[in-house]
Amino acid sequence: MSAVIEEHHHDDHHHGPDKGIMRWVLTTNHKDIGTLYLWFSFIMFLTGGVMALVIRSELFQPGLQIVEPEFFNQMTTMHGLIMVFGAVMPAFVGLANWLVPMMIGAPDMALPRMNNYSFWILPFAFAMLLSTLFMEGGAPNFGWTFYAPLSTTYAPPSVTFFIFAVHIMGASSIMGSINVIVTILNLRAPGMTLMKMPLFVWTWLITAYLLIAVMPVLAGCVTMMLMDIHFGTSFFNAAGGGDPVLFQHVFWFFGHPEVYIMILPAFGVVSAIIPTFARKRLFGYASMVYATASIAFLSFIVWAHHMFTVGIPISGELYFMYATMLIAVPTGVKVFNWVATMWQGSMTFETPMLFAIAFVILFTIGGFSGLMLAIVPADFQYHDTYFVVAHFHYVLVPGSVFSVMAAVYYWLPKWTGNMYNEALGKTHFWLSFIGVNLTFFPMHFVGLAGMPRRIPDYNLQFADYNMIASCGAFLFGFSQLLFLFIVIKTIRGGKKATDRVWEGAHGLEWTLPSPAPYHSFTTPPTNMEEAHG
Amino acid sequence: MDKAGQLKWLVALSSLLVSSAASAGWSDINMRQGVTEISHRVYELHMIIFGVCVVIGILVFGTMIVSMLMHRKSIGAKSADFHDNTKLEILWTIIPIIILITLAVPATSTLNAMYNPGEADVNIQVTGHQWKWQYTYLNDDPRKQFKYTSSLVTPQDEIHNVAAKREHYLLDVDNPLVIPVHKKVKFLVTSADVIHSFWVPDFAVKKDAIPGFVHETWAQVDEPGVYRGQCAELCGKDHGFMPIVVRAVSQNEYDDWIAKKRDEAAAVYEIVGKEWTHDELMQKGEEVYNRVCATCHQPNGQGLPPAFPALAGSAIATGPIQGHIDIVLHGKAGTAMQAFGQQLNAAEIASVITYERNAFGNNVGDMVQPKEINAMMTGE
Repeated sequence: MSAVIEEHHHDDHHHGPDKGIMRWVLTTNHKDIGTLYLWFSFIMFLTGGVMALVIRSELFQPGLQIVEPEFFNQMTTMHGLIMVFGAVMPAFVGLANWLVPMMIGAPDMALPRMNNYSFWILPFAFAMLLSTLFMEGGAPNFGWTFYAPLSTTYAPPSVTFFIFAVHIMGASSIMGSINVIVTILNLRAPGMTLMKMPLFVWTWLITAYLLIAVMPVLAGCVTMMLMDIHFGTSFFNAAGGGDPVLFQHVFWFFGHPEVYIMILPAFGVVSAIIPTFARKRLFGYASMVYATASIAFLSFIVWAHHMFTVGIPISGELYFMYATMLIAVPTGVKVFNWVATMWQGSMTFETPMLFAIAFVILFTIGGFSGLMLAIVPADFQYHDTYFVVAHFHYVLVPGSVFSVMAAVYYWLPKWTGNMYNEALGKTHFWLSFIGVNLTFFPMHFVGLAGMPRRIPDYNLQFADYNMIASCGAFLFGFSQLLFLFIVIKTIRGGKKATDRVWEGAHGLEWTLPSPAPYHSFTTPPTNMEEAHG
Repeated sequence: MDKAGQLKWLVALSSLLVSSAASAGWSDINMRQGVTEISHRVYELHMIIFGVCVVIGILVFGTMIVSMLMHRKSIGAKSADFHDNTKLEILWTIIPIIILITLAVPATSTLNAMYNPGEADVNIQVTGHQWKWQYTYLNDDPRKQFKYTSSLVTPQDEIHNVAAKREHYLLDVDNPLVIPVHKKVKFLVTSADVIHSFWVPDFAVKKDAIPGFVHETWAQVDEPGVYRGQCAELCGKDHGFMPIVVRAVSQNEYDDWIAKKRDEAAAVYEIVGKEWTHDELMQKGEEVYNRVCATCHQPNGQGLPPAFPALAGSAIATGPIQGHIDIVLHGKAGTAMQAFGQQLNAAEIASVITYERNAFGNNVGDMVQPKEINAMMTGE
C-alpha cells in the first residue's frame, strides 16, 4: 500500500492537469470531476429553475395566460426530474468528489476511471431527457413520480426516452456511490478511524449505501414500465391483471430513501460549518453518527406514508404512521445538536454560517410539516395539495440547496485559493432567504385552504398567495445569477485565502495549501487531532 | 449589511407574511372545519399537531436566536468547551417520543372512526374519468339503479380571461352529486382510466380512484349545503378541471329527487329494452336533434361551415353507420363535437342517429336500435 502511495508522490513532480478541453473529458482527478459535477449541477439548477418560473408565471393569476395545461404538466414533470436527478444529487456527488479524499487524507478517489465515466454519462442522460421537449406528443407530462397507468398506457411516446434517461442516471449514481464507499473504506489515512471521520464523510458513506440499495429498485420500476408499454406485459395494467398500486409501492420504496439521499449529505455540510463559525466543537459527534444511521434505516420502512389515500388497510396505515413519526426522533437529535453547538459559542456570521443557520431553521419548518403529514387522518386533507408542495420544497430548497450553497461558500477559498466577496455573499444569502420564504411559505396557506397540486389554474380564493409565491420565485431565481457572478469572480481572483481559511475550521482539508494541490495527500497525513473538530 | 439591518429585514418579512395572512381571514389560510363529525375531529387533530409544532418551534428557534444574539464574537463572547452530555441526549430523545405518543393516540382513534362507518344508508359508486366524475346510485334492482356524469361548466371564456370569473370559477358542475343529510353515505371509489382522487375537503374525504380497485369511504353530513372539491391526483391534461360538487339536501328533497331519477331510469330502462320501429326512432330523433344538435348543425342540417359542418349529404351521416355512431358517442377531438355518449341515453342517441341519416335529404334508410347503442355504451 505504502509503495503505491510513494509512486504517486514521485509522479506528482512532472504531472499536472492536461491542457484544453481534453483535460476535462479524460480527467480522472477527483477535483476536476468534482468541478464538472458542480458546474453540471448548476446548469441543471438554472434549467429546472426556468421551468419553475414558467410554472409560477402561469400561476401568477387565475386563468390560463401563458401555457396550455398539457405543457404545464410537462413543466412540472421536467422541473421535478431535473431538480432531483440533475441539480441536487450531482451537486452532492460533486462535493463528495472534492472533499472526501481531502477529508480522509487520501490522494484521490479509489476508482478514478469509473469516476470519469459516472460523470460523463450524465450529460447524455439529461440531453436525452431534455430532447423529449421537442418530440411529437411532448415531454413526459405525468409528474416526477410518474404514476402508472398515466405514465404507461396513457403516456406520450417520449416516455421511452425518459425511461432510458432514468436508467443512465441510475447507473451514474451507482458508480458514484461505489466509488465513495470504496474510497472511504480503503483510502483513509492511518489513524483515521471510522469514528474520527468528519460527519460529511459519514453522511456520504451512509448515503452511498442508500443509493446502491434503491437505485436498482428505480431501475426495476422503469423497466417494468418499459415492458408494459412495449412488450405486452401488465405489471401495472389492471385490465391485464396487473396492479397500479404496485407501481406506487415500488416507486416509493425507492423514493423515500431518495429523499434522505438528498438531505443526509446536507446534514454533513451543516455539521461542518456550524462548529467552525461557533468556534466550538460539535456537541454530540457520536449521537450525530447514530442519528444519521437511524434515519437511513427508518427511510426503508416508511415508504407508504406517501400513499395513505390509495386504500391501505387500517393496520397498514397505523404502522406507516407510527414508523414515520419515529423519524422525528433522530431528526430532532440532529437539530438539538446543532443548537447545542451554537449555544455559548463565539459566533460570527459569514455567508456559509448564514446559509447553515437558515438551513437549520427552515429545514426544521419542513420537518414540522412532515410530522403533520405523518398523521394519517390529517394527511387525508393535506395529501396532494400545495401543503405538500410547501413541505418538500422547504426541506429541498432551504434544506438541500442552501446546504450546497453553504458548502460552496465554505470551501470555495480552499478550492480556488481566493476569498469570495463577503458583502456580495451576504447579499446573495438575504435575497435567497427572502425569496425562498416568499415563494414557499404562502403555499402552506393555499394548500390548507384546499388548492390541489399540479393544477395550471385555480379558484379566485387562492389568487393572493399564488401571486406572492410567484413574486418570491422570481426573486429567488434571479438571485442565483448573483451566485454565479460571485463564484466566477472568486475563481478569477480575489483576496488570497490562507491555508486554514476560517479561524475555527478543523479537518484535514484545512492542512492542505490553498488552493489545494492537484493530488490531495501524496503522503498520508499524520495529525489526526485535526480529524473532526 | 450590518447585523441590525439584517434583523430589520427579518422582522419586516415576517410581519409582511403575518399581516397579509390576517387580512385575508382564516378560511383562506387554514384547513376547513368541514361539516361532518369526522372532519371536525380531523380539524382538531390538525390544530393540535400544529400547536405542538409551534411550541417546539418557539423553543428551538428561540434558543437559537438567544444564542445568536448573546454568543457572538463581536460582543466578546468566548466559546465554552462542553460537548457530549449523555443525560441531555437521553432527555431530548425521550421527550420527543412522549410527545409523539400523545399525538398518536387521538390520531389512531380518529383513523379508527374513519375506517369503521358501520352499515351505510346510501351507496354511491364514484367513477373517475378523464376528466369528469360519474356517479352511480347503486341498487339491487337494476330498474332502480341510475347513473349520470358530472363535468365542469365554467365556460372557456372565463378560463381564457375573456369573460369575468365568477365566484365558483372552476368549481361548478352541470350535475352535482346529491346526498341526504344525517345519513351515512358510502362512496365506492374507482376509475375507468388513470388514477384520480375523490376529494371533498368539507367531509375530510379523500380517496384515490384507481382502475381495477374499488375503495370505500363515507360521510355523514349534518348541514344542508353545497360542498365543493377537486380531483387531487394528477390525471392528465385537464386534471385541474374536474371538480366535485356535492349537494347535501333534506331527506324529503332527496326522496323527491331520487324518485324522479328512478322514474327516468326506469323509463330509460324500459325504452332502451324494447324494439323500436323506424318511425318511432325518426320521431324521437327529430325532437332530440332540435334540442341538442340544431344549435350547431342547424335545424335544416346545413351547419355553419367551417366550424360546424353540414350533416346534409355529409360523408359521416351517409357513410357506414358505425362511423356515425362513434362520432356521436365519443365526439371528435379538437373540435366542438362533444362525446354525447356521456350526456344522452341510448334511446336518444339511437334515435338521433337514425334521424340524421334519414332527414335533410339524406336517405340511407337504415336505423340503429337503442339496445345496440346501450351495449356499446356499457361495453357489454
